[in-house]
Amino acid sequence: MSTATDTLHHDEHDDHHHHIPTGIKRWLFTTNHKDIGSLYLWFSFIMFLTGGAMAMVIRAELFQPGLQIVDPNFFNQMTTVHGLIMVFGAVMPAFTGLANWLIPMMIGAPDMALPRMNNWSFWILPFAFLILLSSLFLEGGGPAFGWTFYAPLSTTYSSDSTALFVFSVHIMGISSIMGAINVVVTIWNMRAPGMTWMKMPMFVWTWLITAFLLIAVMPVLAGVVTMVLTDKYFGTSFFNAAGGGDPVMFQHIFWFFGHPEVYIMILPAFGIISHIIPTFARKKLFGYASMVYATASIALLSFIVWAHHMFTTGMPVAAEMFFMFATMLISVPTGVKVFNWVATMWRGSMTFEIPMLFAIAFVVLFTIGGLSGLMLAITPVDFQYHDTYFVVAHFHYVLVTGAVFSIMAAAYYWLPKWTGVMYDNTLAKWHFWASLVSVNVLFFPMHFVGLAGMPRRIPDYALQFADFNKWISIGGFAFGLSQLIFLALLIKACRKQGEPATDQVWDGAEGLEWEIPSPAPYHTFDTPPVIK
Amino acid sequence: MAQQEQYEKYYVPEQSIWPIVGAVALFLIAVGAGNFTIEVSKGKEGFGGWILLAGIVMLIVMVTGWFRNQIHESMSGLYSAQLGRSYRQGMAWFIFSEVMFFAAFFGALFYARMIAIPWLGGSSNNAMTNEVLWPGFEAVWPLLQTPGGTESTQMGWFGLPLINTLLLLTSSITCHYAHVGLEQNKRKQLSWMLGLTIILGCIFLALQVEEYIHAYDIGLTLDSGLYGNTFFMLTGFHGMHVTLGTVILIVLWFRVQKGHFTPDNHFAFQAGSWYWHFVDVVWVMLFFFVYIL
Repeated sequence: MSTATDTLHHDEHDDHHHHIPTGIKRWLFTTNHKDIGSLYLWFSFIMFLTGGAMAMVIRAELFQPGLQIVDPNFFNQMTTVHGLIMVFGAVMPAFTGLANWLIPMMIGAPDMALPRMNNWSFWILPFAFLILLSSLFLEGGGPAFGWTFYAPLSTTYSSDSTALFVFSVHIMGISSIMGAINVVVTIWNMRAPGMTWMKMPMFVWTWLITAFLLIAVMPVLAGVVTMVLTDKYFGTSFFNAAGGGDPVMFQHIFWFFGHPEVYIMILPAFGIISHIIPTFARKKLFGYASMVYATASIALLSFIVWAHHMFTTGMPVAAEMFFMFATMLISVPTGVKVFNWVATMWRGSMTFEIPMLFAIAFVVLFTIGGLSGLMLAITPVDFQYHDTYFVVAHFHYVLVTGAVFSIMAAAYYWLPKWTGVMYDNTLAKWHFWASLVSVNVLFFPMHFVGLAGMPRRIPDYALQFADFNKWISIGGFAFGLSQLIFLALLIKACRKQGEPATDQVWDGAEGLEWEIPSPAPYHTFDTPPVIK
Repeated sequence: MAQQEQYEKYYVPEQSIWPIVGAVALFLIAVGAGNFTIEVSKGKEGFGGWILLAGIVMLIVMVTGWFRNQIHESMSGLYSAQLGRSYRQGMAWFIFSEVMFFAAFFGALFYARMIAIPWLGGSSNNAMTNEVLWPGFEAVWPLLQTPGGTESTQMGWFGLPLINTLLLLTSSITCHYAHVGLEQNKRKQLSWMLGLTIILGCIFLALQVEEYIHAYDIGLTLDSGLYGNTFFMLTGFHGMHVTLGTVILIVLWFRVQKGHFTPDNHFAFQAGSWYWHFVDVVWVMLFFFVYIL
């Protein structure tokens, strides 16, 4: 994929003709994919710290048995809003931010296909979260029904402020759909000449498929929150048996959105890892084509497995069997991916820079989360695990050590390209090792208390869980504090304090983004490069 | 590099004020609608409605300003064929997202009809659900008596709904001929056919209002159980989409009068007509599953 480097450096001169706006207006009115990418990433990091602070409240309450710090209703609001913020405010915007920064540079496009809509997609997000967070301060409190807002908790038994929750979710959905449309159109229509489908970098492939999932299921989420709204306020009975509806129907519609949603939060992570491992193993990605097909298979299967979230809520046995086997089928393409990452490392000349450390941690820890997922997929076994801390352990392994670790890996990997300086390696090492140890102290014992029967989303617990919960909380506080190291490191890098980075940054790195200068000029690829 | 000389520059707009205006507008709409809903349900006075209205006005200002910019850019020839493809693909994916929104409500209708209501009536292994929880409830569709005892009346498919179906189907045809007129540069046909489409759309909406009044008269309301829920939610969201589609067509009609669009450069027209065909298809599904079956 060697490109005409002349053109690239010519771009840099072009920059003098474009004036880069300054001040607050630069960020409010911007149409530049790099600016919007930075906005997304910073927003998601702020949300990550906010949602993290709520997790600290949860862990403080659970540090010992009994009710001591917050009242149960506030505890429920914390678990609910923690979940909503981490899913819709931290992980998803982080991936969208990475997509904004990287996709145009990776496919040789001048910007995203629809730059103004790109700005709109971002700027509605902070407002959505402003509404969601401010509802916590209203009379009766904010949402307290869990991030899955099951009816009738969200209809009959929810606080008055539920309407605000509904409309803020609508805005989050609009943001995701517009962001996803932008990504699909950019990838479909803006690739440089010669960038054929099967030459596309894996991150681009995984995001294309993710964007398709987003456009398909975010409207379903909009539909289901609308039904919650009308059930609560306008007398409909979609989820009320007295009117002919069914609360189980809520779960079906919600998880029809919710299951593809969990792949939305992991497929881009797969893409990131598929970039980082080849770079630091100094080998081409093993089985590129199989990676593409595996990603597509995971996405398609994600539409027919939703009811594995509801094995205990009432379904015919035949349906339980179907959803069990369909779910297990997903381990095949996922296994292909893990195998390929390991095979890429096999006999590579590996070095262990920070992005690689995070990537290896991802492969190991995500696989643990995948295996506990396989356990949960077995219907009769799930009857035992359902709604226990085992489930909490499972999805935090795939979301924290999976999605979040991949985002951190991506940040370390591309930060030198974005800022033009290398990150502070000492801080980075502290961040990685502190996170790695604490995250396992935090989430691993949850498997044990879960298997022993500790229910999730309850502010108190039986005495026999006390020791493990103490350790879980200590791990939680340590993991929370470790992220402040990351914050310090990011601020330092954004202030351009550090060794200047070369254009290629990593000596094994391949791809168009490594052929442009570091930091990447404000506008890249005004005219497309030719990919050979 | 020959390839690059042939390349038309992809237009990347400079900074724009409109997205942030739109973001504030959506913020006001969400806050306003949320508070309005809460106030109405509690019978309280409040500012919700006014905030909502301010948001809607701001959104209209935003859309007008944004589209004005775009029309200006398009008319001054800044747009390449590649950009046209971006817009078309963007519109197509937007319509796909709308399809999925309706799918959620159709899904609710099918689930309730095929699963939830028969179970309440005692089918499968739910005999005791029926015996103990909802004694005497019979699972029939349309659900004119809910398990809780609310009664309502069926809306037949003959009469207004059938007329409305014919109106919308005709309007899809006129919309198509307007498009043909545009492509063959027959401006008169374009103008007339588009105008006719708008009129048919307006008649449809008026009849729909008439039908709602009739429904409430005969006791079919939004809160009369699952039949009324699905009836009003599906036809209501469809009606909102027809309204938006009609507004789009009216804007297009004025642009046609000003001489906009050429046989090979008319994205806005194409998008509007796709949208119109989409609401038409949704109606056919509605007519079939909500009214007839």
